[in-house]
Amino acid sequence: MSSTVDRDLALHLEALRKQLGDTVKVEDVGDVVRSFLTSLSGDVSAGDLKLYGEVQSLAAYIHNAKVEIAALKPQDIQNQYIASATDELDAIVGATENATNSILDAAEKLELLTSELPSETASRLTEQTTLIYEACNFQDITGQRITKVVKALKHIEERIDALVVAFGPEIQGSELNGVALDGNAPVTDEDLLNGPQLPEKAHDQASIDALFDNI
Amino acid sequence: MAVDKNMHVLIVDDYKTMLRIIRNLLRQLGFVNIDEATDGSMALQLMRGGNYGLVISDWNMEPMTGLQLLREVRSDAKLKNTPFIMVTAESKSENVIAAKEAGVSNYIVKPFNAETLQAKMVSVLGEF
Repeated sequence: MSSTVDRDLALHLEALRKQLGDTVKVEDVGDVVRSFLTSLSGDVSAGDLKLYGEVQSLAAYIHNAKVEIAALKPQDIQNQYIASATDELDAIVGATENATNSILDAAEKLELLTSELPSETASRLTEQTTLIYEACNFQDITGQRITKVVKALKHIEERIDALVVAFGPEIQGSELNGVALDGNAPVTDEDLLNGPQLPEKAHDQASIDALFDNI
Repeated sequence: MAVDKNMHVLIVDDYKTMLRIIRNLLRQLGFVNIDEATDGSMALQLMRGGNYGLVISDWNMEPMTGLQLLREVRSDAKLKNTPFIMVTAESKSENVIAAKEAGVSNYIVKPFNAETLQAKMVSVLGEF
């Protein structure tokens, strides 16, 4: 009878509650379902069977998800690829900084020559060194863009870590911490630190001037 | 009245290369008394001990940002009238608005050229 099943279910759930408390970890769901199904006794209705089938499918789905995530080797992504990418990007910043300083060294030495040159030539040389100084702006922008990418990688790393933890020891990890973004939160100083925008999205000096003058 | 090119100028940026670029551009414009700071708190310390006719500051620095420095300067009785130009890659509208509301004298977006730097200095200081 279905009422027998309901009573058995209630007793079984109570036993599980005493054993595990009100919260069951994702990694334990499969075991709980298995334990419940093997403990069934008495008459089972068609509705009960359908429900058990659904629960079994759910358990299988969770198991498969764990296998697939484990196959992705999330800890390799975290420990090897992201760490390596971060190092590479840091190296790019270092290399461009060194190169820029070498260019600046050379430009400053050229500028020193102006005192030994006729004024017209000196003036032309100064114009060219100015262009070199201006062009060296790129290093600052490059550094800031790469810092943004490194921050994004670190964010991905944290999410992978949370995923690994959520799915338990089978893929070496605990619980995915979803961080809700509150669109109505007040803008803080930190929110204003966006770094350089991509060229197609960035305001140019003229639009900055127009905005500045209209505030 | 002509701008005194002997005035002390403070440039603030956490990228030493950028400090060097701005210093060179200022030198080409005839300014010789140039000091440098690598974040807002260092700049504030220098300002409290010196007499600067102009501050040219980056925004994105730690531990004290250019915006925080600007607010400190504008709330300090001795420093509040110091001309302050923000030179930054932060080019979103909300950044310009926040800087203007905090009392910035002018705003230059990176990358910039010598002509823009000179034009903004003229708009803040007058012809030189």
